[in-house]
Amino acid sequence: MADCLVVLVPGAEQPSRSELAAVGFGRQVAEQLGGHCDVLLLGPQASACGQAVAAYGIGKALVADHPDLAQPTGEALAAAIAHVASAADYRLIAASATTIARDCFPRAAARLKAPMASDVVEIGQCSADVLRFTKPCFSGNLLEELELHGSTALATCRASAFEPPAASDASADVQTIQLPEKLAHPRKRFVEAKRTPLERPELTEADVVVSGGRGTKGDFTPLEELADVLGAAIGASRAVVDAGWLPNDFQVGQTGKVVAPKLYIACGISGAIQHLAGMRNSKVIVAINKDPNAPIFEVADYGLVADLFDAVPKLTAAFRAARQEQGAAS
Amino acid sequence: MKILATIKRTPQRDTRMKLTADGELITDQVQYEVNPFDELAVEEALRIRDKVGGEVVALSVGSAAASEQLQTALAMGADRALRVEFENGLDPLQIATALADAIRRESPDLVLCGKLAIDDENGQVPLMVAELLDWPHASFASKVELDADAKKAQVTCEVDGGLEVVEIELPGVITTDLRLNEPRYASLPGILRAKKKPSDVIAGSEIADMPEPALRVTGYRQLPPREQGEIVESAEELAEKLIAKNLV
Ligand SMILES: Cc1cc2nc3c(=O)[nH]c(=O)nc-3n(C[C@H](O)[C@H](O)[C@H](O)COP(=O)(O)OP(=O)(O)OC[C@H]3O[C@@H](n4cnc5c(N)ncnc54)[C@H](O)[C@@H]3O)c2cc1C
Repeated sequence: MADCLVVLVPGAEQPSRSELAAVGFGRQVAEQLGGHCDVLLLGPQASACGQAVAAYGIGKALVADHPDLAQPTGEALAAAIAHVASAADYRLIAASATTIARDCFPRAAARLKAPMASDVVEIGQCSADVLRFTKPCFSGNLLEELELHGSTALATCRASAFEPPAASDASADVQTIQLPEKLAHPRKRFVEAKRTPLERPELTEADVVVSGGRGTKGDFTPLEELADVLGAAIGASRAVVDAGWLPNDFQVGQTGKVVAPKLYIACGISGAIQHLAGMRNSKVIVAINKDPNAPIFEVADYGLVADLFDAVPKLTAAFRAARQEQGAAS
Repeated sequence: MKILATIKRTPQRDTRMKLTADGELITDQVQYEVNPFDELAVEEALRIRDKVGGEVVALSVGSAAASEQLQTALAMGADRALRVEFENGLDPLQIATALADAIRRESPDLVLCGKLAIDDENGQVPLMVAELLDWPHASFASKVELDADAKKAQVTCEVDGGLEVVEIELPGVITTDLRLNEPRYASLPGILRAKKKPSDVIAGSEIADMPEPALRVTGYRQLPPREQGEIVESAEELAEKLIAKNLV
């Protein structure tokens, strides 16, 4: 009743920052409840990643692979999660709010007849009877306080709102578990994945994000040059993705990715509430926009009213010069 | 092909919702519309019907106020509206239970839902419906290719790393993402015709196996304010400030 279970569907042998943030979230709730935080790892990388995750102060790692998890569908993941949850007594089952989790957690919740919280950003007072969480609502414009009743609940958390726990030398048990013979839905078939090749740091994991909007008119060259100097990820507004200038997974906002880098540089982005929903928790926000009345300036720490095609190359040149100076001095 | 599109009444998409000093939502000046993602669901349903024939039913769980949004769906071209009568404030599993019950009565081939409602932003109901019905689902659709004869849908889904294509055999649930289509506006003749289209109500008490509420919204809060920023005069000044702060 006091334990939590964090679910990972690892894509690599080492856990990502967002996966570890979910472990951090689960551990914080478990600490309040006086229990452990176990981690369930599903899929082909489960075993290797389980060994790595075991160092992060968890109760134990449960690892499982299964033919139906080679290219996992939401149905198969939900069946696996519900299977593990019904055999144990977890108060909370949690994951980072990735598209994978959003594609299986609600199904698992319905299967377990348990309530679910989406996109948690803060943990309130939790007890065996009630879990209290805070999440954004109304296009990220307000926060909603929730109570989850019952004996089990599910939650996805916003990775940028939680810290990965520190690794230790002590390593938890890694146990291989059995899953039911059939996990996949008989009427669902995975056809293919069209992954966007990663040429820069992953958007949600980068320290610096250079983001472009309709103001770029589809020409991202100046932004890419700036990103290269800064080692930054590239982001975009919905307008950019709708126009087909960049693939869907570059979109920042309510319907895209939520980022909170140390530095977010918005170029030619007006600052619609749906865009702000995805970046307003960045530590420092820079806005470059021609229109002095653009709403993006309301959240910007540094605003520059300018044509981005003039300002961004100057910024790049200034950073490059500073780098060279540093290089020469050291 | 019988297609059902689910609809939620939500504040107009660019509304900046505000709170009273006591933390109550201020709703008197708020305009409502069909949740933008549900509007995409209605549009897709209409396009499929217009191609392969059949019927589009707009379905909502809510109070009488939601009739206004069902009328919008009818004015866009849906054939029929159905509302399960409940006061607002049900939790997602309760809403899914009501929807699943209504869907069983209608037995459509396909249910289209918005991937998210822009008020609570839970994004849970469609997949809960699919699970309660034991139907397959496809989430975050940016393209739906329907084979009406084979009763299959191939769906392109917008996921974190790019795109994924899945196939479901119908009946199934598909959730819509922004790039699926561009919803039409209701035309004046459409609005006039909508008034004559059938609209039914199912009483909440008729819904079977309604669970107890388990997710409660207990209050709202403002976002923590950001510090007032400054306007800089040039790119060079901006670069200096960011370097001085060790940000780059
Ligand atoms: C349900 C829903 C969900 C949504 N989800 C998202 C989301 O997840 N993410 C998102 O971003 N949007 C989202 N949107 C869309 C959002 O409402 C805006 O339409 C979108 O963010 C606008 O993109 P933009 O700022 O690039 O374009 P615009 O609003 O057109 O702004 C372009 C800006 O560029 C400036 N500009 C033009 N030329 C230059 C130049 N040469 N130099 C400098 N500045 C220039 C202009 O002054 C203007 O401010 C959503 C909308 C809805 C309804």
